Amino acid sequence: MKSKVTLTVNGKERSAEVEPRTLLAELLRDHLGLTGTHVGCDTTQCGCCVVHVDGKAVKSCTMLAVQAAGKQVTTIEGLAKPDGTLHPMQEAFREHHGLQCGFCTPGMVMMAVDIARRRPGADEKTVREELEGNLCRCTGYQGIVEAILSVVNPGAVKDHHHA
Amino acid sequence: MGQFGIGQPLRRLEDPRLLVGGGRYADDARIEGQFWGVFLRSPHAHADILAMDLAAARAAPGVKAIFTAADLDAAGMPDMACEVELKSLAGEAMARPQRPILARGKTRFVGECVALVVADTQAHARDAAELIAVDYAPRPAVAGAQAALRPDAPRVWDELTSNLPVHWENGPVGPVDAAMAGAAHRVRLRIVNDRLVPAPMEPKGALAAWDKAASKLTLWAPTQGGRRIQATIAKRFLGLEQEQVRVISQDVGGGFGMRGQTYPEYVALGFAARALDGAVKWRADRTETFVSDYHGRDQVNEAEMGLDAQGRIVALKIHTVLNLGAYMAENGPRLPMEGGGRIIPCCYHAPHFYFSVKPVFTNTVSTDTYRGAGRPEANFLMERLMDKAAAACGLPRDEIRRRNFIAQFPYKTPLGYSIDSGDFAAGLDQALRMADWAQFETRRAEAKRRGKLRGIGVAAFIEAAGGRAPVEDMRLQAAPDGSVTIFSGSHSHGQGHATVFAQLAHEFLGVAPERVTLVQGDTDVTPKGSIGTFGSRSSMMGGGGLKAAAEKIVAKGKRIAAALMQSEAEQVSFAQGVFRAGASEVSFAAVAAAAHDPAKLPEGMAPGLDESHLFQREAENFPNGCHVCEVEIDPETGTTEILRYVAVDDCGIVLNPLIVHGQVHGGVAQGVGQATIEKVVYDEEAQLVSASFMDYGMPRASGVPYIEAGFNAVPCKTNPLGVKGAGEAGACGAPPAYVGAVADALRDFGADHIDMPLTPEKVWRAIHGKG
Repeated sequence: MKSKVTLTVNGKERSAEVEPRTLLAELLRDHLGLTGTHVGCDTTQCGCCVVHVDGKAVKSCTMLAVQAAGKQVTTIEGLAKPDGTLHPMQEAFREHHGLQCGFCTPGMVMMAVDIARRRPGADEKTVREELEGNLCRCTGYQGIVEAILSVVNPGAVKDHHHA
Repeated sequence: MGQFGIGQPLRRLEDPRLLVGGGRYADDARIEGQFWGVFLRSPHAHADILAMDLAAARAAPGVKAIFTAADLDAAGMPDMACEVELKSLAGEAMARPQRPILARGKTRFVGECVALVVADTQAHARDAAELIAVDYAPRPAVAGAQAALRPDAPRVWDELTSNLPVHWENGPVGPVDAAMAGAAHRVRLRIVNDRLVPAPMEPKGALAAWDKAASKLTLWAPTQGGRRIQATIAKRFLGLEQEQVRVISQDVGGGFGMRGQTYPEYVALGFAARALDGAVKWRADRTETFVSDYHGRDQVNEAEMGLDAQGRIVALKIHTVLNLGAYMAENGPRLPMEGGGRIIPCCYHAPHFYFSVKPVFTNTVSTDTYRGAGRPEANFLMERLMDKAAAACGLPRDEIRRRNFIAQFPYKTPLGYSIDSGDFAAGLDQALRMADWAQFETRRAEAKRRGKLRGIGVAAFIEAAGGRAPVEDMRLQAAPDGSVTIFSGSHSHGQGHATVFAQLAHEFLGVAPERVTLVQGDTDVTPKGSIGTFGSRSSMMGGGGLKAAAEKIVAKGKRIAAALMQSEAEQVSFAQGVFRAGASEVSFAAVAAAAHDPAKLPEGMAPGLDESHLFQREAENFPNGCHVCEVEIDPETGTTEILRYVAVDDCGIVLNPLIVHGQVHGGVAQGVGQATIEKVVYDEEAQLVSASFMDYGMPRASGVPYIEAGFNAVPCKTNPLGVKGAGEAGACGAPPAYVGAVADALRDFGADHIDMPLTPEKVWRAIHGKG
């Protein structure tokens, strides 16, 4: 009992035949081959699977594929410019060592872009609170927080000793 | 050298790929026509398996095969063995019962693999697994190690007379007791170092594919290098030559020590792939990852320290009870002695030392190496004892540490290891200065006026890095265009080897870092003598191998350059990527090109610029440091906020400060996690209650402080780069610094120690006398 889902992913119209129980994360990874979106848990806790749906951050493990029909989905693969130029948030993560193993990174960056959209000028405490739904086991969050601050509130960045 | 070499904060070369979703993790591997495997796991902590009815499951849609212990036994598959050998003082060898790949007649913990179902889709495999009827006869179970030591405790192994496979001691207790009796001050502590889940962000999963024509198994799995897993699966389990198994772990989403092991799932998948002449994929969800990855810590320590009138340690006694889980993992029983015992009594000299370790079987997931692997436990114990001793001796906490620091190097530890270098007092002074320790009482008084309890903690610690396997193989290959490929068995699962090794190649060969490519995580192409990454070994072992291989490249390059410049090799110098002889010079790239052009090679020289080196270490190294943590507690709620965190580390020569600081940050976060919220919870029937991120306290961004990191670099004297490991230090320093700070804040309430995690409830109870 499969049904056809058509949606726009990273600016291109894509279709797939999926079972009703298929999650958006599974559609992206298993049907469309977009393995940049990661699944780190199954309880909507870790945020490795965050993508943008119609411009807002969504945990793609907690949305059915059929719910995304007709919507605009952006994944980590669609964030950089077509010529390969990194998005400023991606650059910021590199500059501030906001990633180590890289597994939480796609969801973390997609969430960070969403935070920057909603909370310009946010201070460190706010950024940390906004990251409540994204787990990282490697960085201690410091590089991630600094990377986001460098975009939303550059004056709040502290890690100048690496300059 | 310059802005890219040793000591420079070069931004990571692997980041652009990982930042655009280009990582290749285990679950990203898929093969057309692959089957899906699902493990049926025991819901009981301890039960006899009376019967299994597979008929309905076998008949379910899409099912290809179901494997149980009977299938493995029929094929002659051996069980998993722990290679650790320990003896009691009386010479009795440790019992080492082996673990079946799939449960044979009995299950010993919740989550143990009972059967492997293989079907055309994951959904079909899951559905079929639910149709397997297992007739379990539950038995009483035990989860806690101390409970398991009681004479009437349920026995995990019928074959043994108790749950204690060995009682290990470093020597007779008599002389230590005698010294203790003469001590001016004696302090005692009982410390529970709770069980943790390593919880790398990438869940467990693997893809095993059998190639019948080549008679070869390929396994994609999240490992820390894969070479040992390759050897174990090939030789022990599948009866193959080592080269008939290929392990691929290109990108791995975190390791923390628990991904170097050969897990039973890998073996079962490999067996199934060969039996079905196909590929079998397995994707664990997070809860399955909680029960299939080994856990960490889980020790109870009872310790006593005796000091003289001046506050100098005269004797130390430690009784450790270690929870092994139901099965001995590869490193399990050795962690307190070889893991922690290498450095005990940590930064301090103790003339008399008694150490007793009881590893104990329980009906729980096996414990094994997790970030620090015995050293965080040892340092935590010593630092809590030092704080208590300071109070007993009437000395400031920094002063009692200074009086007991090891200051003469090399220093031979009680268990026979040699610490080459360090300056513990300098690290302490630096940390106290950065944290403004001197003015703390002013801040405490100010907080008190606001109704808050403020405390500060200091923790000195020492680590041991690069132990066990004493060799590592590295290969450098220069292409005709002068670019360089590094083939490394040392494996980055976040540590940034692609960057740091490129910096080393730049340092030694002058090649630009962006022209250096790292190949890792594929046993078909990484050097045969490589072993992998564990125990903070890669800077010394991989780095040492790389340096020596680069020297071989330069030596050959000089001979080629000499031919190009019509000079003699002895006349050729090499610096910053240029070979020189007199007024002539040729670039590294020109020499690399000539190396591939037989017309330009000296007569008889083999073409290519491709060198390997099997690095053999002289000794392990001993990273150390000092952390200071300042907290403020709301006595109404028991909530604790970290206001300042300072970490000073001596990891020898710093190859890349950006990356080393990142390692410190991550280690501190895991240590703060343990100190504040992390704890694996088993209930009385040994059911794992904390088996998801909903239940297990993972540290989040709001619970981890900004960390001010500094270096107190004392070069290591026993390796060519002068490096000391950096990966595990943070997890050693953070728990005692944090707990010391809370205990200091609560000093007026008679709470000199609270066991981790220091939840608001525990802190509130300590304040309000409801402990």
